Amino acid sequence: MAKIEIKNLNKDYENNDGSILHAVKNASLTVNDGEVVVIIGPSGSGKSTLLRTVNSLEKAQGGHIIIDGVDIMDPSTDLRKIREEVGMVFQSFNLFPHLTVLDNITLAPMKVKKMKKAEAEKLAMELLKRVGLEDKAKQRPGQLSGGQQQRVAIARSLAMKPKAMLFDEPTSALDPEMIKEVLDVMVELAKEGMTMLLVTHEMGFAKAAANKVVFMDGGEIIETGTPDEMFENPKSERTKEFLNHIL
Amino acid sequence: MEEKNKNTEEGIKKEYLKKKPVSVEAHQIPTLSMTDGVLIPNKKNKHIVTSWRITFYGAIILLACLCLFVTKTNSKGVTTHPYWEIFKFTIQGAPTTFQVTIFAIIGAVIIGTATGLGSVSKNKIVNGICGIYVELIRGIPLLVQLMFLYFALGSIIHLEGIVAAIIAFSICFGAYMGEIIRAGIQSIPKGQIEAAKALGLTKSQVFWYVTLPQTIKVVLPAIGNEFISMLKDSSLVSVLALSDILKRGREYISRTFMSLETMLIVALIYLIFTLILSKLVGMMEERLHKNG
Ligand SMILES: Nc1ncnc2c1ncn2[C@@H]1O[C@H](COP(=O)(O)OP(=O)(O)OP(=O)(O)O)[C@@H](O)[C@H]1O
Ligand SMILES: [Mg+2]
Repeated sequence: MAKIEIKNLNKDYENNDGSILHAVKNASLTVNDGEVVVIIGPSGSGKSTLLRTVNSLEKAQGGHIIIDGVDIMDPSTDLRKIREEVGMVFQSFNLFPHLTVLDNITLAPMKVKKMKKAEAEKLAMELLKRVGLEDKAKQRPGQLSGGQQQRVAIARSLAMKPKAMLFDEPTSALDPEMIKEVLDVMVELAKEGMTMLLVTHEMGFAKAAANKVVFMDGGEIIETGTPDEMFENPKSERTKEFLNHIL
Repeated sequence: MEEKNKNTEEGIKKEYLKKKPVSVEAHQIPTLSMTDGVLIPNKKNKHIVTSWRITFYGAIILLACLCLFVTKTNSKGVTTHPYWEIFKFTIQGAPTTFQVTIFAIIGAVIIGTATGLGSVSKNKIVNGICGIYVELIRGIPLLVQLMFLYFALGSIIHLEGIVAAIIAFSICFGAYMGEIIRAGIQSIPKGQIEAAKALGLTKSQVFWYVTLPQTIKVVLPAIGNEFISMLKDSSLVSVLALSDILKRGREYISRTFMSLETMLIVALIYLIFTLILSKLVGMMEERLHKNG
């Protein structure tokens, strides 16, 4: 498993009119080995951006992201290697619609890790069983419900045996009755000691599984604490206001 | 929220090529459809299916009746079937028509793939070259391009007529094909590429295993439509020295002066071919949808 350290991270976007938008401002955050850290905050506060810099889907302009002692901001770091080791689950699942569920899961192990087909399929079936979908192996993503697709997406990510996992609002696109089946899988993962950094507003999950909750607003990390501290008596006014809004 | 909005925005992207509307829906199963000439029959569009049937069977019956039942007796008292004679003569141009169409569509797909990739590439020079090529081709009438390229290829590298015509057509249609492929590549949601990258796939692996297969599905119907356009536009080679269906027709007219009768048969032959092709494209589209 892995430790993720984010130090003084800055990420700017240049808008079409040339103005600069500071999406993440001087953010520092540590996710220790086996820890589950939940980021919360209003829309546009930079949560996704922060998460996406960790596996370099977005390139930060300043600061350090150190995964197990390797600074991914260092130009000599092989980003692809980092992505192999840090899984990511998206709000919109992003399963490959032209491939079966099984092929979605075996693609990366076979192409990136050069795993044999039989071995990759065996692994995929084990993972499908783990997320309760072994009977869907031969179907296309389009034939599955949202909750099932997201569980396949988690299995696909796990097939690369990542050291850490990133989740960006994994249940936000789901109908309420499907949220639980996905959260159950995530809680299970957390219990097994997976290092996880997530953006989610599922307070139940945060209370049940998170070691730390981070509140972001306007690109800044405003407050960090245990779920109890954050939800019961937050220090910052902005955190209070936000929590009143969503709870 | 924002991500959802972006997705629907992408879903209603519209492209205009060759004054034909191309709509690219970037949902679960993206499809790219365009309307040109004959309408593609599809089970959902009942009225197109019936109008296709009426036109197709109407054309077949008309052609059959003309060939079988219209007779003419000349001054010597010999009875002939003039339309049957015309049909027998002009249909011999069909192999040339199809040869030009099939090989040129293959050429156009190859050139179009290169151009499409070039226009989405981040390399400014490659991008510029592709842009200029598309602009040039769009700005010059097809017949003018065709004759220019045909004579240029013929006089500079002394290519045989049909080969020169195929190359000329490939270059002309390659530009439109490039736009189709570009629209197809851009219709693949960004999330697909991000998910593949996040799994550790290299850039070229992302292209081969994620972008390309999805792009093919999206562009196949549009390529089918281009094929139909090409079949019709291939009649332009009749101004070159190639004997396609139209050229055969014109030869027949110059011998017999039966212009109206000959052109009627020529038109029916083209119509029947394009209607059959449009049916095939429609069937292909349906299958692609089913395999989602
Ligand atoms: N590719 C981009 N180009 C320009 N600006 C961007 C880009 N991506 C994000 N932004 C801007 O950066 C800011 C932070 O966006 P981000 O997506 O990280 O917010 P978020 O906290 O994840 O919000 P949400 O809860 O809506 O997902 C926003 O103002 C957004 O408009
Ligand atoms: Mg977000």
